[in-house]
Amino acid sequence: MNVGKDTLVALDGAGLSISNKWLVREVSMSVSAGEIVTLIGPNGSGKSTTAKMALGIMTPSEGSVYRRENARVSYVPQRLSIDWTMPLRVNRFISLTRFLQKKEIKRVLSMTETEHLYDAEVRTLSGGEFQRVLLARAIAQSPQFLVLDEPVQGVDFNGEIALYKLIEKIRNELNCGIVLISHDLHVVMSSTDRVICLNGHVCCSGTPAVVATEPEFRALFGDRAANELAFYKHHHDHEHLADQTVRKIKEVEPNASAQLGRKNTSHVSVKRNA
Amino acid sequence: MLDDFFIRAVVGGVGVALLAGPLGCFIVWRRLAYFGDTLSHSALLGVAMALLLDMNITLTVFIISVAVSLLLILLQRRASLSSDALLGLLAHATLAVGLVVLAFMTWVRVDLMGFLFGDILAITVRDIIIIWCGGLAVIAIVSLIWKSLLASTVSYDIAVAEGLRPDLSNFVFMVLMAGVIAISMKIVGVLLITALLIIPAATARRFSGNPEVMAVMASVLGAGSVWLGLEGSLEWDTPAGPSIVVAALAFFITSVLPFPKFKK
Repeated sequence: MNVGKDTLVALDGAGLSISNKWLVREVSMSVSAGEIVTLIGPNGSGKSTTAKMALGIMTPSEGSVYRRENARVSYVPQRLSIDWTMPLRVNRFISLTRFLQKKEIKRVLSMTETEHLYDAEVRTLSGGEFQRVLLARAIAQSPQFLVLDEPVQGVDFNGEIALYKLIEKIRNELNCGIVLISHDLHVVMSSTDRVICLNGHVCCSGTPAVVATEPEFRALFGDRAANELAFYKHHHDHEHLADQTVRKIKEVEPNASAQLGRKNTSHVSVKRNA
Repeated sequence: MLDDFFIRAVVGGVGVALLAGPLGCFIVWRRLAYFGDTLSHSALLGVAMALLLDMNITLTVFIISVAVSLLLILLQRRASLSSDALLGLLAHATLAVGLVVLAFMTWVRVDLMGFLFGDILAITVRDIIIIWCGGLAVIAIVSLIWKSLLASTVSYDIAVAEGLRPDLSNFVFMVLMAGVIAISMKIVGVLLITALLIIPAATARRFSGNPEVMAVMASVLGAGSVWLGLEGSLEWDTPAGPSIVVAALAFFITSVLPFPKFKK
């Protein structure tokens, strides 16, 4: 395991078995500050398990995990159900693990376009709204290491793009390391530095452009996914915000196709008009 | 002031109700009602052991409750039985063993009813000191682990990932539960402790917008139930412990009546 001074988390041949069944084996990966690492793979391929080993929620049965001490970590889990017996409003939920000022809570809520939900009870939120609030909560920690397990599930398509852009912005602002689990290959990849393709073990890994050409990747996801990974293009002259307002986009850049494998893609890639 | 048995009962009972509030909320949020029952049933075994070994009853009940919780955790990890089956097994096994041990000790005469339903009117100044000192310690510890406990109630994974050490706070919570059962046994008795934990918390749910308010409300409602129940018990010559639970129930029924103005 090569652990540099920027390394936040590193897995070295890590695997987990539960009642004699291997959920995932021999995963080696590392995440450094300012890096987005995307885990992809079919259902049951060990993406969430890998993330949980990286976070220390699960202890690997083989291999080892390095985590930088005292790093601020935040986590958006894949599933979270809050018992209705607990009265919990969005603002209280945001400062669940760390106390935050009202101003700060409003700021992160406005980043995910959920400011109007400040006083709403968490259990009354829709699936998409709850995902946005979960993401806001994670951002509010100003994390150094952020793990997002399917962070935009249930979010509408345009919202999805906006949230992925937000994730990228957070990476650029906080210079945090991000592990992202997602099925939205076409949207995620433009901002991803490294893709790790899992199917019980690491099938292939590298920059999106490289992974797209890997035969293992094509075998696992088919040609369509590989093409999506390699090229993405889409146009819109306006966008719909979560509070139901429509924002016009003044100029449509003529060449807004996603560029792959670039380190700092905030100014290209999936723009508002993409 | 504490010379009057009634005043002593109110002061002791209110002390227990105040600390039962926040813990009761966690019992409700985490669906641990049966766990509370199991611990309180095992308290009778604690009483039996205390009499057998000639030890302090409160301390022995506390130790036995902690031991039962640890046993539960151990069994949950190893056995292939579901949690509720294990809880039922432990609850009634400890209750039965406790009763059998008591029956063997022919030389001690035990007021079984007193332990099952409480004997709040026989509360001494020393009991009050134990309740309030123990209670303040419990409240202090709960507020220390509150954030971690609450976060892990919402999501254990988030609590671990964000460095809150929920395993430690869950263990501390279990020990506190054992402590509360040990000091409140005398007030409402083994069979009714869970009621004092759950009913005020359930009542508070409707009027609270956040967890902290619900915890404080549960304490206040519990204290109100103690006072009302004791007044009623004095007035109509009913047993004190059950009267307190009936008062708590009255608050709960009032809370579920459809008063639109209370809706938040």
